[in-house]
Amino acid sequence: MPVVKAVTCPVCGSLCDDIELTIENGRIVKVKNGCAMCEAKFLGYCCEHRVLKPMIRKDGELVKTSLKEAIRRAAEILAEANYPVLYGWSNTSCEATSVGIELAEEVGGVIDNTSVVCHGPSILSIQDVGIPSCTLGQIRHRADLIVYWGSNPWSAHPRHIERYTSFSEGRFEKSAWRGYVTKIKALVGRKKIQSAIKRLVLKKPSQISTHLEPTFVSPIMRKGRKLIVIDVRRTKTAEMADFFVQVEPNKDYELLQAFRALIRDQELAVDKVAGVPVEYLEDVADAMVSCDFGALFFGLGLTMSGAKLRNIDAALSLVRDLNMRTKFIIMPMRGHFNVTGANTVSTWQTGYPYAVDFSLGYPRYNPGETSVVDVLLRKESDAALIVASDPVSNFPHKAAEHLAENPLIVIDPHMNVTAQMADVLIPSAFVGIEAAGTAYRMDHVPIPLKKVVNPPRGILPDEEILRRILAEIRKIKKKQEAA
Amino acid sequence: MGEKPKLRVTLLTGRTIEQGVGKEHGKSSKEYVESVSVCYMDPEDMKKLGVKDKTNIQVSTAFGSVVVKAQKSLRAPHPSVIFIPYGPWANVIVDPETHGIGMPSFKGIPATVEPAPEKPVLGLKELLELQFRKG
Repeated sequence: MPVVKAVTCPVCGSLCDDIELTIENGRIVKVKNGCAMCEAKFLGYCCEHRVLKPMIRKDGELVKTSLKEAIRRAAEILAEANYPVLYGWSNTSCEATSVGIELAEEVGGVIDNTSVVCHGPSILSIQDVGIPSCTLGQIRHRADLIVYWGSNPWSAHPRHIERYTSFSEGRFEKSAWRGYVTKIKALVGRKKIQSAIKRLVLKKPSQISTHLEPTFVSPIMRKGRKLIVIDVRRTKTAEMADFFVQVEPNKDYELLQAFRALIRDQELAVDKVAGVPVEYLEDVADAMVSCDFGALFFGLGLTMSGAKLRNIDAALSLVRDLNMRTKFIIMPMRGHFNVTGANTVSTWQTGYPYAVDFSLGYPRYNPGETSVVDVLLRKESDAALIVASDPVSNFPHKAAEHLAENPLIVIDPHMNVTAQMADVLIPSAFVGIEAAGTAYRMDHVPIPLKKVVNPPRGILPDEEILRRILAEIRKIKKKQEAA
Repeated sequence: MGEKPKLRVTLLTGRTIEQGVGKEHGKSSKEYVESVSVCYMDPEDMKKLGVKDKTNIQVSTAFGSVVVKAQKSLRAPHPSVIFIPYGPWANVIVDPETHGIGMPSFKGIPATVEPAPEKPVLGLKELLELQFRKG
């Protein structure tokens, strides 16, 4: 059976490129090196929820049609619309996004990608403050302090810690995996002792702690790679940490500013900040200042809550301050595998990373006005094209409601929630499995995606479908001009 | 019979590995639906409300109300904080306000929780029909 090596996984922004796939009779039968999401995607991409025929809504029901007819209908909807939204793009290739932007310009619509409900606030902040960053390779080899803030890579980027941070074996920094295993064994031992004491001697529970409380974790000043997690919940990632700071919901901004004061050796006149005793914060601030190379990864815990973009302002400023004392970098944990690519391509072609409005004939960018959720909440759009995304499932109900009312074109391999609302549904090939392309990793490194199997008969990649729709729209417009 | 107990909480929504795997199986798959129509609660809060693991609760915010299954959080203690994975159920009750920057509030939303043993958790199809009258 042929084994394809060095396949890039098209799931999350980590873009692990060491996946090995075993192919049998044109199907993937075994996945090596992948995480649970990677396996689910490579083994389940051809499941019963796959759409295999283009569909059009007739009398309220989706009915099968030809590809030509579906493309013609999609082109008609977009050509007739005054203010269509073109949304998605982070689960497809840069090449498809590029055609999408051309299409948006042609129809005078708003093109937005999923970063608007993800790291959009981070981008706004980076434009204001700037970002000291680097590639993941540098972090893997050199970083001796890792901070995850409002991010749970154990669930969202399962191999991030193993490939790029604490548990990766770097050239100059060793993996902290062994230390973690020892810690877990010690924990299990403690638990056993505790239950034995409970059963044999005492009737009431003993006072020995089984949680990874700051008092129990290995000393923050120990040598080697250290992991700090700051989050509102004790996530799995938090359990791996040398130090976990549990911040109260919506209080990240206060905590970030407190850290900024502490690393400037200022005294805080309070006992607690965001529910955390100041003495713990002092320990964490000490660890940050005394590292050789620190990396702060932040997730949607910062962008989606409380001060939103101002949280990121504070985080970027904290890292800027830390760079006066040591070397520190900061990086957003990008979710979808090519959301970074969608931002990059959009910036090349329009000057702006997301929420680009072509309604005046030239690109305008004003998130809050030209961002898709706001356009939908104001009920301004009169058609929508959704590519490789599921906004009906992921947008707040009020925004999704207007989207479902619009004539809706969906290009997606799966029958997702948005596809069920579609007026025109065009199935596409999975980029990174059935179609090649380029994607950008969260550190802005472009990585090629492989085509490892053939798509089902008659199924085209997103890029080709979009090209055909664009050509059809130009035909319609020419006819209109001639008339 | 007194009034039903109600608990004021802060709602967080986010990614779980089960949701991540479920979405790759397909949005109509059983794995996906089961992974996102739940609400992780602190066991102490569940005691206060008198709800048991895997029983139905109604979560309400200023923006809507939805019935989901309560599940004991393995990530406790997080008193007065509840967690619902991203998905169609969470989106009924998240805050659409973007504060002028395009980003709705998906985390840190004031909410109330009450037991709802007599109300069913809607399936994906019913939920969509109720909300969008399409699909």
